[in-house]
Amino acid sequence: MTTKLFGAPITRREDPRLVSGNGKYLDDLGAGALAAAFVRSPYAHARIVDIDVSGALDVEGVVAIYTHEDLDGAVADRLPLLIPHPALTAPMVAYPLAPTHVKHVGEPVVMVVAADRYVAEDACGRIRVDYEQLPPVVGVEAARAATHLVHEEAPGNVAAHLVQEVGDARAAVAAAPHRLELDLFIDRSASMPMEGKGVLAQWNADDQMMRIYSSTQTATGVRASVAAKLGLPLAKVECIAPDIGGGFGAKIMHPWAEEVLVPWAARRLNRDVKWVEDRREHFISSTHERSQVQHVEVGFDDDGRVLGLDVTFWHDNGAYTPYGIIVPIITSTQLLGPYKPGAYRVEFFSLYTTTVIVTPYRGAGRPQGVYAMERTMDAIADYLGKDRADVRSANFILPEEMPYDHGLLFQDGRPYKYDSGDFPGSLAKLKALVGWDEWADYRAAAEAEGRRVGLGIGCYVEGTGVGPYEGGHVQVETSGRVNVATGLTTQGQGHQTAFAQIVADELGVPIDDVYVTTGDTRKMAYAVGTFASRAAVVSGNAVALAARAVRAKALRLAANALEVDEADLEIVDGIVRVVGSPESAIPLGTLSVLSNPLRYAFDEAAKAATQFAGAADFSKPPVADDEEPGLEGRDFFSPTQSTFANGMHAAIVETDPVTAEITILRYCVIHDCGNLINPMIVEGQVHGGVGQGVGGALYERMVYDDAGQLLNASFMDFLMPYASEVPHVETDHLMTPSPLNPLGVKGAGEAGCIPVTAVIASAIEDAEGFPIRSMPISPVELWELRRRHAAGELPSLRRHTAATS
Amino acid sequence: MTRITVTVDGTRYTDDVEPRTLLVQYLRDRLGKVGTVVGCDTGNCGACTVHLDGRSVKSCQLLAVQTDGHEVTTIEGLANGATLHPMQEAFRDCHALQCGFCTPGMIMQAVDLVTENPHPTEAEVREGLEGNLCRCTGYHNIVKAVQQGAGAMSGGQS
Repeated sequence: MTTKLFGAPITRREDPRLVSGNGKYLDDLGAGALAAAFVRSPYAHARIVDIDVSGALDVEGVVAIYTHEDLDGAVADRLPLLIPHPALTAPMVAYPLAPTHVKHVGEPVVMVVAADRYVAEDACGRIRVDYEQLPPVVGVEAARAATHLVHEEAPGNVAAHLVQEVGDARAAVAAAPHRLELDLFIDRSASMPMEGKGVLAQWNADDQMMRIYSSTQTATGVRASVAAKLGLPLAKVECIAPDIGGGFGAKIMHPWAEEVLVPWAARRLNRDVKWVEDRREHFISSTHERSQVQHVEVGFDDDGRVLGLDVTFWHDNGAYTPYGIIVPIITSTQLLGPYKPGAYRVEFFSLYTTTVIVTPYRGAGRPQGVYAMERTMDAIADYLGKDRADVRSANFILPEEMPYDHGLLFQDGRPYKYDSGDFPGSLAKLKALVGWDEWADYRAAAEAEGRRVGLGIGCYVEGTGVGPYEGGHVQVETSGRVNVATGLTTQGQGHQTAFAQIVADELGVPIDDVYVTTGDTRKMAYAVGTFASRAAVVSGNAVALAARAVRAKALRLAANALEVDEADLEIVDGIVRVVGSPESAIPLGTLSVLSNPLRYAFDEAAKAATQFAGAADFSKPPVADDEEPGLEGRDFFSPTQSTFANGMHAAIVETDPVTAEITILRYCVIHDCGNLINPMIVEGQVHGGVGQGVGGALYERMVYDDAGQLLNASFMDFLMPYASEVPHVETDHLMTPSPLNPLGVKGAGEAGCIPVTAVIASAIEDAEGFPIRSMPISPVELWELRRRHAAGELPSLRRHTAATS
Repeated sequence: MTRITVTVDGTRYTDDVEPRTLLVQYLRDRLGKVGTVVGCDTGNCGACTVHLDGRSVKSCQLLAVQTDGHEVTTIEGLANGATLHPMQEAFRDCHALQCGFCTPGMIMQAVDLVTENPHPTEAEVREGLEGNLCRCTGYHNIVKAVQQGAGAMSGGQS
């Protein structure tokens, strides 16, 4: 009997390659290609007065230098607005090379192509660009003030303004027995994958064919956008995402200026051209996220039940809006988490600043929303003197209320409707794991030792598996090898293993015979991309459906060959056999031979499919009317809506009474993403998310000065956590299957990072006894809050006052 | 151009290099050893970690000319033919990698760490890896793998 692989924590099939240095990342390809480098704006906001490239022309090894003036066709136009939205009334998108104005430090102005990167950088250093500086607009407050505009086309620096409301939230707040207001801030961080972006373009002049390798989260997106920009038929462009050194959202943005310019130059020069982003470029010219100013007004009853919730927030979208307003839309909906306020109103303004663009970074607006909601829950609990978990319980959507429709529109433009989840069950598990009910004793013991500790909690719901669709193609070769292709890309999620597990089970073959390809438009031309925790849900189900199609065909062919009924057949270890009579059997490889009637034998196995090999039914064509040659199948999965995963985290922190250093002592996670394909991989995703969340809560921020210079644009100054900062993570799972897809799965990729900022804020607040309203928080900032609290400028938490009085 | 002779993964090379060529670029661009990758350019991420005469160094912080007469081991020279090094095996077994980009440097640093301290505690592993960034795993399984690998390197006694 074949062991069931779905649900098994098997080691990854990609790892032997990756642990021995045999991965093939973007910069590992294209040896001998010309190298591109860019002159980028040193100013946050300026008019380009003059560009003088003459000093660079005689640098030995320089092949070409391009400014906006040199660009032609659609390449000279602005980059595409990827996701238009009616509320995005002033969309602005950059040009590949800035023609007249630059709107953030790092915006590309001149492109140099040279024999190698050293030479290209030498040439960049000799190009002189004269600028007339214009007033920078840095941060949400400056954007709101609108003393200066980023774009003349966007009055008030407002790119978008959106209101969604269910019920009369303001009336509900006004009429509630209790009311609170909170003003909150969360700062910028970024995806910061270990491998930056990169693109290699190979123009085949003989075939008039463009092959692009890109470190992207969407090979089909890059292919289509480059074809459009270069005026090439789609059939003449292919895009391959090789091994990708992490993405976390930064690489779903596309096409990057470089993704258009490098292929354009490759065709123009008829040479292979490669650009590999260095770390400073990644800081100042890719993408950031998270920064929001939030105002919450909430009305609630004596039990802490939220009767009305009225949220306004101001979202810093950076200099351009190529990815639309997906991030603030997600914040405005996913803010609700596992709760059901009586009435809800949310209003946001998406604002331009002269800083790096803001597009989804793992969590994509959810960490901000959860932060707003969970800070509010803690504030309600404190106001009422109630247990923080009890207040959350009082607001939970219950399992029997599923599916639960919030009455809002989600990021896919479809109803924001939860499919399943057991929030009380998750909370019970979390309380048991962290020792919630024994907390008073824990704290007392610590305090007796002169230590200051706090317990924090945060709950979230994550819409995953967003459409529109993904496809799967499964093909059995005559050798029995099974090729699987899906179009979305892989940045470390282990798709070569997880999708192989699905197919091996569905088809009844050993996993070692299954080979998965992702992110290659040659193998699967219809795809969307890897984002929104969607790969397992959308591609996972697509490959399952494709495998089922192959299985059905194999059984048809075998029933015919063995002259038995299909219902009597099973597939075990790649062999179709009659149940109870295993001697009556035929391998899938042989069925693959028979499925493809041949005129010519090319090997021993193929002889069986040639015209004189055996008896044939002359009344029928060699390939039946409703069949195609080959033992293969293709299918697509297109969900009606997102499926909603959820989780709850708790942390115990210790704050140093003198230095205000913050240490996470324990970090506990309850995670529910439905059925698990590979628990080891899911757990790894959770660990990694928590690691990023800890960075965002305590260490990482983008430090812009008033002139719009990013002061910490390197790993020397941007404090990404090392192993010494990220805590051991304790995890437990619930499995509430999704009713929305055949495999019952929900996405897991982003989950870990979503509530961490909220949880850490909650824990520090609990340790310190005064409200935490701005994150991330450093020891210096905590020390300053203590000073202000001691000076009477910050209120005490009520429970803290009660405990100490 | 400066002539250097350096042994990389057991093979002796003699090459003329520009004095400004970084070791990592020499390994990647000249020798084709692209298993060693670049993550940050500033010596903070450790993705480019290799061994120089048996001790870990960040190959983006050394010039190729500085390795003249020395021996360099990269991730590509760690396995014994088709048999993975115990640390490589431990990384696989513990799911200590996701995208794999930091992995070559992380493994080279882990081997160095264990060479110095054959039985590290969890805290010692975490401290010993300070200097190598991973953005995928939250380090949880890396720490586990290094301890398992340490046990395997010392013959199963951890």
